[in-house]
Amino acid sequence: MKIVYTDNNATTKVADEVIEEMLPYLGELYGNPSSMHTFGDKVNKKLKQARLRVAGLINADPGEIIFTSCGTESDNAAIYSAINAYPEKKHIITSRVEHPAINNLYQHLQGEKGYDVTFVPVDKKGLLDLDLLYDSMSDNTAIVSIMWANNETGVIFPIEEIFKKANEKGILFHTDAVQATGKIPIDVKKTKVDMLSFSGHKIHAPKGIGVLYVKKGFKFSSFLVGGHQEEGRRGGTENTASIIGLGKACELAKENLPVMNTKVRELRDYLQARLLEKIPGSSVNGALDARLPNTLSIGFDAVEGESILLLLDREGICASSGSACTSGSLDPSHVLMAMEVPFKSAHGSIRFSLSHYNTKEEMDHIVSTLVPAIQKLRDMSPFWKDGEMI
Amino acid sequence: MWDYTDQVKDHFLNPRNVGELEGANAIGETGSLNCGDALKLYLKVNENERIMDATFMTFGCASAVASSSALTEIIKGMTLDEAAKITNDDISDYLGGLPKAKMHCSVMGQSALKKAIANYRGVQILEKPGELVCECFEVTDLEIIEAVKANGLETTEDVTDYLKAGGGCGQCLDRIEEVIESVRAKG
Repeated sequence: MKIVYTDNNATTKVADEVIEEMLPYLGELYGNPSSMHTFGDKVNKKLKQARLRVAGLINADPGEIIFTSCGTESDNAAIYSAINAYPEKKHIITSRVEHPAINNLYQHLQGEKGYDVTFVPVDKKGLLDLDLLYDSMSDNTAIVSIMWANNETGVIFPIEEIFKKANEKGILFHTDAVQATGKIPIDVKKTKVDMLSFSGHKIHAPKGIGVLYVKKGFKFSSFLVGGHQEEGRRGGTENTASIIGLGKACELAKENLPVMNTKVRELRDYLQARLLEKIPGSSVNGALDARLPNTLSIGFDAVEGESILLLLDREGICASSGSACTSGSLDPSHVLMAMEVPFKSAHGSIRFSLSHYNTKEEMDHIVSTLVPAIQKLRDMSPFWKDGEMI
Repeated sequence: MWDYTDQVKDHFLNPRNVGELEGANAIGETGSLNCGDALKLYLKVNENERIMDATFMTFGCASAVASSSALTEIIKGMTLDEAAKITNDDISDYLGGLPKAKMHCSVMGQSALKKAIANYRGVQILEKPGELVCECFEVTDLEIIEAVKANGLETTEDVTDYLKAGGGCGQCLDRIEEVIESVRAKG
């Protein structure tokens, strides 16, 4: 069965060009880049090129890039570094819709380390309550950390504006840009955030490689203490092949940025329009005009997400849901709940996240599979009768 | 992805006895839209209290649909007294087992059946006895005690898997822990 992969906010296919770039460094070029011989230095030279390419995607200086093992490590390193830099400040500001990678860290800091954490709410469209965010900033605030774009709805936050407000008050600012990177332009010379995290496997590099951008001048403290690697900012022998792969992926992502905002956006809009037209009782979650170009979160009244996903899965379609039943928890996703998406559609919300590998034929396949699947589930739902919610 | 048995997959993809039942004389409803799963069970019971037909309408995940479908297959032809003895384990066993975190789906089947039988007999199920512990899913201490004893549950996660209690806002988790402790203390 042919796989239709529309779960790119979860992870992405490793690009063929990336694999090709990596292979020699998984094979014959296995040297340690720190070694004092030409064999190892060959790898070191390639790492430098990769660092340049990665920096190039977000317009950073190469020295501002720290390679980590994943987005979660980058997030943790950023937050711990901030609270180490300002040990006397015991307040953190974030949003209610952050990824668990960082949200659970705040729960930990709040519960066990005595931090006061402000979780800024969002409105029904998933947009931040900026007044509350700005009013919460104080001399006691160690860091403001707001995701650049939300993983479930694709809603984009006004990072430049929030950074400016934090900066005016002398507060550090970090953004989890795991979903935004490679999908919308990011320029850290223009949006001068202090720290920014992203992850390789969301942009067609392999899993197990992340990036933390740290603005020059910030007194960063290591999260993983060890050797001299990454200029002493992150111990551990470099994941050479993955860093090299990520370098290529960043180069490709930069080239593909226009495609993401034309072809991919058109495919997403096409899928969205067809589903809204063909399936009554369906609604899009999140602000339509402030979304990542590849993401569609759509709720179907009176049906449940896991059931929808399993019916899609039978036709080779990969998507994900904000439904409780897929995660083992019982409440729908914290993002949809924070947005006060009504239960009638929150439980039946599905996220399609596209990449430039998707085609219009695939979108048609999704529509022709989903229409009868929703009908089948509604035919057995006690909350649906004669074409409407009861 | 859940490790569902072939029986669960089959009953989800090809559910038996779906729909409203014309001439039903017993109906049991449980769950709600907010909870994420709900089951409406229809029975046609003859003068000898034998279940001549059973159908269901379910909103929920694959195991909720499969549990409902299995339930209707199990009870068809039984007398109400026989059906009253059906437990969630019978439903789960019929399906070759359910993942632990999905056991509440089989509990939902048992609960709808109890309500349908009470509905037929004209017994009103009064407000649940005991003290309300989980407000999100309306679970009482007596229900938790019963589930802990019957299924040998040990942790709050076990209780959530079986009864959903504690799986919403989580404010009652400490209280659930106390209830488990009290059962343990009494042996």
